[in-house]
Amino acid sequence: MSVSRPAAYRPAPSLWARKSVQRTVGRLVLYPVLVGGAVILLLPLAWLLSSSLKPLGLIFVVPPQWIPSPIRWQNYVEVWQAIPMALFARNTITITFFAVLGTVASASIVAFGFARLRFRMRDVLFLVLLSTMMIPGQVTLIPQYILFRTLRWLNSFLPLIVPSYFGGGAFNVFLLRQFYMTLPLELDDAARIDGCSTFQIYRRIILPQSKPALGVVAIFGFMGHWNEFFAPLIYLNSTEKYTLALGLNFFRSVEYSAWHLLMAASLMTALPCIVVYFLAQRYFIQGIVFTGIKG
Amino acid sequence: MQVAAWQPRVRGMSSSARREELEGYLCISPWLLGLLIFTIGPILASLYLSFTEYEVVKPPVFTGLANYVMLARDDLFWQSLKVTSIYTFVSVPLRITLSFAIALLMNQQVKFLGLFRTAYYMPNLVPAVASAILWVWIFQPQFGLLNGFLRGMGIENPPPWLGSTKWALPSLILMSLWGVGGPMLIYLAGLQGIPTEMYEAAEIDGAGRVSRFRHVTLPQMSPVVFFNLIMSIIGSFQVFAAGYIMTGGGPRYATYFYVLYLYNNAFSFFRMGYASALAWILAIIILFFTVLVFRSSAAWVYYSGELKGRA
Repeated sequence: MSVSRPAAYRPAPSLWARKSVQRTVGRLVLYPVLVGGAVILLLPLAWLLSSSLKPLGLIFVVPPQWIPSPIRWQNYVEVWQAIPMALFARNTITITFFAVLGTVASASIVAFGFARLRFRMRDVLFLVLLSTMMIPGQVTLIPQYILFRTLRWLNSFLPLIVPSYFGGGAFNVFLLRQFYMTLPLELDDAARIDGCSTFQIYRRIILPQSKPALGVVAIFGFMGHWNEFFAPLIYLNSTEKYTLALGLNFFRSVEYSAWHLLMAASLMTALPCIVVYFLAQRYFIQGIVFTGIKG
Repeated sequence: MQVAAWQPRVRGMSSSARREELEGYLCISPWLLGLLIFTIGPILASLYLSFTEYEVVKPPVFTGLANYVMLARDDLFWQSLKVTSIYTFVSVPLRITLSFAIALLMNQQVKFLGLFRTAYYMPNLVPAVASAILWVWIFQPQFGLLNGFLRGMGIENPPPWLGSTKWALPSLILMSLWGVGGPMLIYLAGLQGIPTEMYEAAEIDGAGRVSRFRHVTLPQMSPVVFFNLIMSIIGSFQVFAAGYIMTGGGPRYATYFYVLYLYNNAFSFFRMGYASALAWILAIIILFFTVLVFRSSAAWVYYSGELKGRA
């Protein structure tokens, strides 16, 4: 930067005033702090893994052993026998799959309407959509429960799936609409001149270009439904309908001292989300960037 | 024609505009239906139910303000409100500042940024039930990780955490800090969105580190802080799983969160009318804080044209 300047006129800076020195010292503090924080946050997960591989006797050893010997992989087999994990997993997969499908399908078509078509009251309705995001779920909870009870949908997956098909959540519509707005309108006009119908514009022009945004919606939807606890707790009441989250809670209430198995079951429940995060990290971060910056 | 009057862009035929209008409504119809069935209808119904006595098996009986009067005298209502407020006003500021500090550190052109980011975010990937069970085990007084660590440090009588009225709520606040990676990720994204030219310009003007932070980073980040603050407050008032799974609200109602009390009223005691009144009070509290944060934001949130432009 200062190569062209005559160096001789400047007094030699003291060691501390030198940028590079400040930087190096800064780094020497920065990395230990960051690593320390990461270790503290990851310690509970390491504890989860460690406990899940212990025989029951080793669980109650003081001081705690970090690396169990012997390592008991058997825990991961026994959990499937101790509780109907396979059934819970199947239920969770079914609910998550159909709910995410509904979310992506309906949010993307609704967002298309708001982003690309003109109709009366559009902007007012969009404001209404945004304001529904502020309504706490508890306010609508009881009438919704009564509605599903009247429909005789209690203890079925329907209350957990069907609402996703009605708009797919205000936030998702908002997210997709913002994304669609970034695609040039000329695309639509050109397609119309070529004789495309509105639906064809959606199918052939908007959807193929929106894969990243749809991916974000699908990933957040997956995480949300996979981890959901409150709604299944209210709507599902027989064990054979339980999701993994409910099954885990049920397992805890009956086998409260089998910590090694509980930890194994917890880890297995968490695993799909962790895997999805690693597979789709880029989309995931993009989605968060989007939510954060938008405010 | 009326149709032509509102239409901003001139198209050949008004019939195509009418078609577009119809198609527009068709596209948003799933949401419109959902709005009526799952939002507006239930809001009106729950408002009505909050003025009734309703035990599901019999039709609701209108009782006027009786539920709200009862609430004012209900010790458990006040207890749950107190617990939830303490939880919110201790954990939210802690989480907001801590996550901001971590994001600032991570924004220093750190090597292995992806790795750090993942490590800090990881706890957020664990389902609420799984993390609740894990933390019960960590807080376990005799064999848990936390007390094992404290004993190792030479503390002979570490607290019984979830088992004591004094420590149960602080335990859950401590646990909530485990999720610090969530807001951190949003902050980090915001920090990375600040144009480097702004820092360069400030540097040319002779601004030092502190002054660059005060005059560039803080104003640029204030909308993001604002967003995280609202979201955290709203989320915190609705906390449920931790209390339900880990403590059941105990010991002696020390962790009896508001939504847990609401849930018990609705689905354990089947006092749906009373629970609806509880829901409305909660909605008003959340609305109050949202408006408060929005109002105060005029003083401290700085929206530059660029940030808005990206919206």
